Amino acid sequence: MLKFIKHHLETIAGVEIYPLISFVIFFAFFIGLFVYVAMMRKTYITELENLPLTENE
Amino acid sequence: MELEKFSYDNGIVRKFLIATAIFGVVGMLVGLWAACELVWPGLGLGVDFLSFGRIRPLHTNAVIFAFVGNGIFAGVYYSLQRLLKTRMWNDTLSNINFWGWQIIILSAVLTLPFGYTTGKEYAELEWPIDIAITLLWVVFGLNMIMTIVKRRERHIYVAIWFYIATFVTVAILHIFNSMELPVSFLKSYSVYAGVQDALVQWWYGHNAVAFFLTTPYLGLMYYFIPKAANRPVFSYRLSIIHFWALIFIYIWAGPHHLLYTALPDWAQSLGVAFSIMLIAPSWGGMLNGLLTLRGAWDKVRDDAVLKFMVVAVTCYGMSTFEGPMMSLKNVNAISHFTDWTIAHVHIGGLGWNGFLTFGMLYFIVPKMWGTKLFSEKLANFHFWIGTLGIIFYAIPMYWAGFTQSLMWDEFTAEGFLAYPNFLETVTQLAPMYALRAFGGAIYIVGVLVGCYNLILTAKHGSFVKNEDAEAAALEPTYTPHKGEYWHRALERKPLILMVLAIVAVSIGGLIEIVPTMLVKSNIPTISSVRPYTPLELEGRDLYIREGCYNCHSQMIRPFRAETERYGEYSKAGEFVYDHPFQWGSKRTGPDLAREGGKKLRKPNSWHFNHMLDPTTMSPGSIMPPYPWLIEDDLDVSLTGDKISAMRTLGVPYPVGYENQALADLQAQAQEITNDLAASGTETSADKEIIALIAYLQRLGTDIENEAPTK
Repeated sequence: MLKFIKHHLETIAGVEIYPLISFVIFFAFFIGLFVYVAMMRKTYITELENLPLTENE
Repeated sequence: MELEKFSYDNGIVRKFLIATAIFGVVGMLVGLWAACELVWPGLGLGVDFLSFGRIRPLHTNAVIFAFVGNGIFAGVYYSLQRLLKTRMWNDTLSNINFWGWQIIILSAVLTLPFGYTTGKEYAELEWPIDIAITLLWVVFGLNMIMTIVKRRERHIYVAIWFYIATFVTVAILHIFNSMELPVSFLKSYSVYAGVQDALVQWWYGHNAVAFFLTTPYLGLMYYFIPKAANRPVFSYRLSIIHFWALIFIYIWAGPHHLLYTALPDWAQSLGVAFSIMLIAPSWGGMLNGLLTLRGAWDKVRDDAVLKFMVVAVTCYGMSTFEGPMMSLKNVNAISHFTDWTIAHVHIGGLGWNGFLTFGMLYFIVPKMWGTKLFSEKLANFHFWIGTLGIIFYAIPMYWAGFTQSLMWDEFTAEGFLAYPNFLETVTQLAPMYALRAFGGAIYIVGVLVGCYNLILTAKHGSFVKNEDAEAAALEPTYTPHKGEYWHRALERKPLILMVLAIVAVSIGGLIEIVPTMLVKSNIPTISSVRPYTPLELEGRDLYIREGCYNCHSQMIRPFRAETERYGEYSKAGEFVYDHPFQWGSKRTGPDLAREGGKKLRKPNSWHFNHMLDPTTMSPGSIMPPYPWLIEDDLDVSLTGDKISAMRTLGVPYPVGYENQALADLQAQAQEITNDLAASGTETSADKEIIALIAYLQRLGTDIENEAPTK
């Protein structure tokens, strides 16, 4: 079954790079996300996480 | 800073709350009815609109879109205003959202039991209703986005991200899966056929679970659990990762509903891989919810709201572990088409959605009516009987699932099927089906007690329709903090967040669906597969109308036990003219993909008598009788139009065939009628049953006509 897809993609010049690019984008996005959340300031986090609790009722 | 005075719109929340409760009771009662029909098949009373095949879609649609749908709106309208310190943008839109949604539900009640259905699970509503849903959804989204835009709180709490992702993704899913070509006011054909239709449908079906039953409820979890426990969420950092990982990965997992089918292997493998990856964000979210209660577990003992929420999140954790396990091909080989799936979805439905909804109702109602819950005791009773209900529902269904799978697959020492008669594997399940109905019934008792408790709570308080509040306006200009990260800016800009959410969910959908569409010409064609005759096409529409796919699959997997029982396994090329596909998802009855083939073929008179009363041909069968098919005349007023519509969709009927179709239909009907008469069954050629027999006898025959290959 896979051969149908392969043949379609083979017609694209330089297709070998596609899976690499996708992997790099995927990996980089989540690494970036982890780095970002790890470096968030504590005060800012506290402000955000208390949003549901600080509303006036 | 000057404080602005405004008020929260509690009126709209109240409307949605009441609708949630009412449709919860209604949807579950319909489910109970369907469950009882499997125990006492006579319960359908021989009436078409009460038969299982028509009632089950009503149950699933009512629970998903009426109960949970109204629950989503209630929770979103309550929390959004408070998190953003503003009233909903436009009260009229809020009300259009409410009344429009109820009209859609009403139209579902008025169409599904009467056989107006597209035949695609959880997307059964016909095209005019699909359009109405689209418009209504835009009203909801517009109202939400504009409320976010005019907010008084700079930062957008993570719950709202989940609401935004829900809005955009459900819109995409609904529109693409509902692409259909209308034939008449309440009849349409899916523009996709066979394998493509299956892939789009389960991309939709899986993500309806993801983005209708999960992401909005995760948003509600992130709001209501901290509120009820009066402490912030366990880890806000985790919630950010949870959000992006979940929406990115979920959208890929749809093909796990089609393992071992005729769907291309690469798509199946993608579905499996991403399903396993889903454990990470799902469990991250579950732990985030549960650990919010760290140091506050004593509150769970006293507070019914928290009890409901803890069990809800626990059920979420269980089913999001079970789901990926069921997506493994070796496990799926056992679980697919069995009642295991039914158990799985009810852990999610009764546990996660049901209990989170009730927890939310018990929290909101006393708040909005300015009083205490009428009775903690009754709420506790509801909690315990509900929990018991879930257990009594799920365990028999797991048992039934394994029983089915083991019996279907068992061979004797001589190499024959141990249970060659499918019926034996059905009658075995009778006690399980009875217990399941009992579990459902006591769950509903809990719901009724809950409604009583909430009504009395409301009676003892006084409703605050417009709740006064005050907050400082946002400064029009905002200077970003020095060294601010990109995500922080994102947290203030809902539109950019929305666009990124669309990008995240589109990638998976595109990569899976586009190649499957492009290779259309490459789905290995089978030269002997030809379009349905007009009579067979009409019969197929009856098959769809009666909801046969609710109990019968048309997909033989490449397993020895299945090829032995049903014949050659199903090939992608066999379904190229199937608009919509009818592969089904569960086998309460046997597979029908080769019902007309050499191995399984039965005389026309067998089908006639079987439809009139299944127990005459199969003693002990739990299939309902279909006497109306024998009495009613086949409506052929649309036959020509149906042929034309099919040709528009790419089915190779010759030009002008629509004018010839009716004559061909009558000739074929007469042939079947003559054959029936020869075997002593008198009927006339214009009855519906004739068309259905023609269709059933056609199933699986194409491949047998193939010229032997070199």
